[in-house]
Amino acid sequence: MADDRPMVVVDDLHVVYRVYGSSADKGTAATALLRLLKRQRRPSIREVHAIRGISFVAYRGDAVGVIGRNGSGKSTLLRAVAGLLPAEKGMVYTDGHGALLGVNAALLEDLTGERNVVLGCLAMGMTTQETREAKPRIVDFSGVGDFINLPMKAYSTGMGSRLRFAIASAKSHDILLVDEALATGDAEFQRKSHDRIDELRQQAGTVFLVAHQLSEIYETCNRVIWLEKGQIVKAGNDVPGILDDYLEASGSERRFRELAETAAPAGD
Amino acid sequence: MVHFQGDSCPIQLTGCPGHFPRKLTVVNDRGRLSAPGRLSGRVDADSGTGTATVDRPEENHLVPPGSLRDLALRHGLLEAAVRPPLRSYAQELWKRRYFISGFATARNVAMYTEARLGQLWQVLTPLLNAGVYYLIFGLLLNTNRGVPDYISFLVTGVFVFNFTQRAFITSSQVIRDTLPLIRALYFPRACLPLGYVLIELQQLILSFAVLFIIVVIAGEYPTPYWVFIIPVLILQSIFNVGCGLILARWGASFDDVSQLLPFIVRTWMYTSGVIFSLQALTLTFAGKLHDHPALAYLLQINPAAVYITLVRWALLEKYRDALPGAKPYNHTNCVLYRTLPGKYPRYSAYCHPSALPSIPSLWVWAAVWAVIVVVVGFVFFWRAEARYGRG
Repeated sequence: MADDRPMVVVDDLHVVYRVYGSSADKGTAATALLRLLKRQRRPSIREVHAIRGISFVAYRGDAVGVIGRNGSGKSTLLRAVAGLLPAEKGMVYTDGHGALLGVNAALLEDLTGERNVVLGCLAMGMTTQETREAKPRIVDFSGVGDFINLPMKAYSTGMGSRLRFAIASAKSHDILLVDEALATGDAEFQRKSHDRIDELRQQAGTVFLVAHQLSEIYETCNRVIWLEKGQIVKAGNDVPGILDDYLEASGSERRFRELAETAAPAGD
Repeated sequence: MVHFQGDSCPIQLTGCPGHFPRKLTVVNDRGRLSAPGRLSGRVDADSGTGTATVDRPEENHLVPPGSLRDLALRHGLLEAAVRPPLRSYAQELWKRRYFISGFATARNVAMYTEARLGQLWQVLTPLLNAGVYYLIFGLLLNTNRGVPDYISFLVTGVFVFNFTQRAFITSSQVIRDTLPLIRALYFPRACLPLGYVLIELQQLILSFAVLFIIVVIAGEYPTPYWVFIIPVLILQSIFNVGCGLILARWGASFDDVSQLLPFIVRTWMYTSGVIFSLQALTLTFAGKLHDHPALAYLLQINPAAVYITLVRWALLEKYRDALPGAKPYNHTNCVLYRTLPGKYPRYSAYCHPSALPSIPSLWVWAAVWAVIVVVVGFVFFWRAEARYGRG
């Protein structure tokens, strides 16, 4: 599936968040004035070094799973690849633009699902004709049914993220970044989205997947990156091996290697 | 299912033997984990080349040998979040024209869904504004001196200014309003402020239908001059697009902008002759403006004043006939107007002051403002293209 043309090159990436207004500042008008007089920039900036020197290359047709505990920098990494975060040091190179699907459920929440579908398609550069053709497929794929005529703010989280995924995956993307967006779907939707990601990979796109459900990574990805405190612990093609090491490190039983070995004869 | 592809052959000894030692140094440079040497390296399980235990903190098989930067550039990769060249940006924008109009229409429909009177508010808001101004400035303060048919004058001014004002205030919030969309999909972000200005244009068309009714009730009749309203509004829309792009970028980076904007816009409204006539202020002794002809001239060529004056000129016959310079110079009548503007509001036509820009020069200004602001705004917005949606 994968070929040797790189799609995403991350070269010694560092990302630093600057958090304004930590505990030292009371946030009153007087302190704000004092700050202006003293020519301080902003109330006590705290720096959070979220990504500390990550390097990897992803190729066309790759599906890269990103695992790690909460706060290990998974979402930050995805946002940096999507170009939504500036690099403090190092660089992210991409071939094309990324589409990032996060957990927030709606695109334009006060519009109906149907409007969101149409606008999403048009925004991705489809023509009106293509949009008209794609619309029934998207609605069908998302499985939101009659809710399609309600504003997206009335959707449950699961429905919202299903519709978002359906919209974003209606067009083949160079880079699709999925941040826990599939976790809220039910089993049937997870199977469908897994198939859809496979299709996208066949169209020479690259998919990044953040998920806490390791089985999702195991079934979908051909590479995996394990992050801890903003650094790579393990990264490679041996998906079951790394998943098992991760399980072991978090105090669980190893199971994916065994699963792969029992599934391999039948799967091949 | 095939998991072990090994196509990047990171440390397969047989696959890419020449790279192995170099690869190790690269990894050693990068590895900076706090507990070095705890993890042991492994070779891809299915390559069957035995186990090579390497003492290193980070086990990263996804880094090919050599400089990553060179690899990226060799394959024509670009920095993520680099803005496209201006030309292709404009082309991308043109491709999204249906998105822009669809976005505007959808937002327009959704905007008032929670209000009981719905879309009526698009007209009610400027009408109520005009009512308040009429009460205070027309009746209480008697500012209508020197203007024939004050109600038409005021309502036209409020409606036209409202168009630019709304475009200003909504555009400053557009990036914040649409963050989920910006983060999820890639498209030229300039679509969004353009869509917001288009919303205001759609609302303006409805407002103008109401405005026509009001001025006809107030005693104006349709004349061929009404056609000139169209080019004025087109130029004003172009101007609004430029302003919208500038404010969208400012509003995206500082929240302070949306706090400050109402004050700036209100000051602008008072200095643009929405409520009182700049021409009358320049001629009569009511204020201080007659002492400062240069300032009076500057106020009248400010974009809002230009568009308002031109719409009034096209729409209101009485206003047009009373504009200074509309009739041959007559000293007596001019003095009468300057001393008793309330009694002879139409005699301003007999004055030919130097500090008043003529209607043809206002047309030039209308076009100049539109072109300058839209070009500056477009470039200004584009320069920050890669930064919208961050944070």
